[in-house]
Amino acid sequence: MFTPLTVALAVAAIALAAWCGWAAYRDQPTKDWHFIGMAVVALLGLAQLVVGIVRLATGGEAAEGTAIFVAYLAAVAACIPVVGLISLTERTRWGSLTVAAGALVLAVLQARLHEIWGGGGPGGA
Amino acid sequence: MAPEPQRSQDPQEPQNSQEPQRPGGGPQERGEPARRAGIGKGPGTLLVTLYGIFTVGAASRSIVQLTTRFDEAPLAYVLSAVAALVYAFITLSLVRGGERARRAAFGCCCVELLGVLAVGTWTLVEPSAFPDATVWSDYGMGYLFIPVVLPVTGLIWLRRSRTGEPGRTS
Repeated sequence: MFTPLTVALAVAAIALAAWCGWAAYRDQPTKDWHFIGMAVVALLGLAQLVVGIVRLATGGEAAEGTAIFVAYLAAVAACIPVVGLISLTERTRWGSLTVAAGALVLAVLQARLHEIWGGGGPGGA
Repeated sequence: MAPEPQRSQDPQEPQNSQEPQRPGGGPQERGEPARRAGIGKGPGTLLVTLYGIFTVGAASRSIVQLTTRFDEAPLAYVLSAVAALVYAFITLSLVRGGERARRAAFGCCCVELLGVLAVGTWTLVEPSAFPDATVWSDYGMGYLFIPVVLPVTGLIWLRRSRTGEPGRTS
């Protein structure tokens, strides 16, 4: 995998989680700026999906298997759009907290994705 | 549908301080239809999301494991599949709402909690029975202990929204 993108996505996701968590703490729903932030993170997720598929197509191989790798890539790409939509229907602090939770999940997915590609073992990164 | 208990705010109830945020307090004012939406709204939204994530996670994990290497650790993989079913059922119940769904979800949260505690203890006492991990191994340690926190939160939330009144727990 393309490690800089993985790290950038994990950091962006944690930042988004903190931002939306702060909004929830202040009893606010997600606002336009939050959605712009979500869009940025979602685009990074899409980019990762594309990079991952290109890597597979050009002969790369995931250490833990292609199926699992693709499933995680799909989850990464879908994660933020889904919680974003939920926060559109839940216009309270709980919508913000939902986005924060989704972003944290995304950060965890990045760590797993790194492992699945073989970050720890030979041929990693 | 069960008969509607009278909405009554009990001033002595100490839990009232933890009353979750509701937009304008509006939805609570009108009996059944409002309460139907109750358990999947507000804090319920967060629960639905988390249960949804765990449904997807546990289901896809058990599908991969059951189809590709069932023989390695059949017990662990079947338990993961059971966990996925329980999560899916709770997610659907929360989304659907209503008293019956609330009771069903409550029961499932109990099953889930017992499952996490039983499987968690089992994996610690007899690790040899589990060559591979389940979602509930070591009390859900591999999942940041969310599997053990989630049912407790769910039970508190479902209990509290029983009469459509947060804080009414007895």
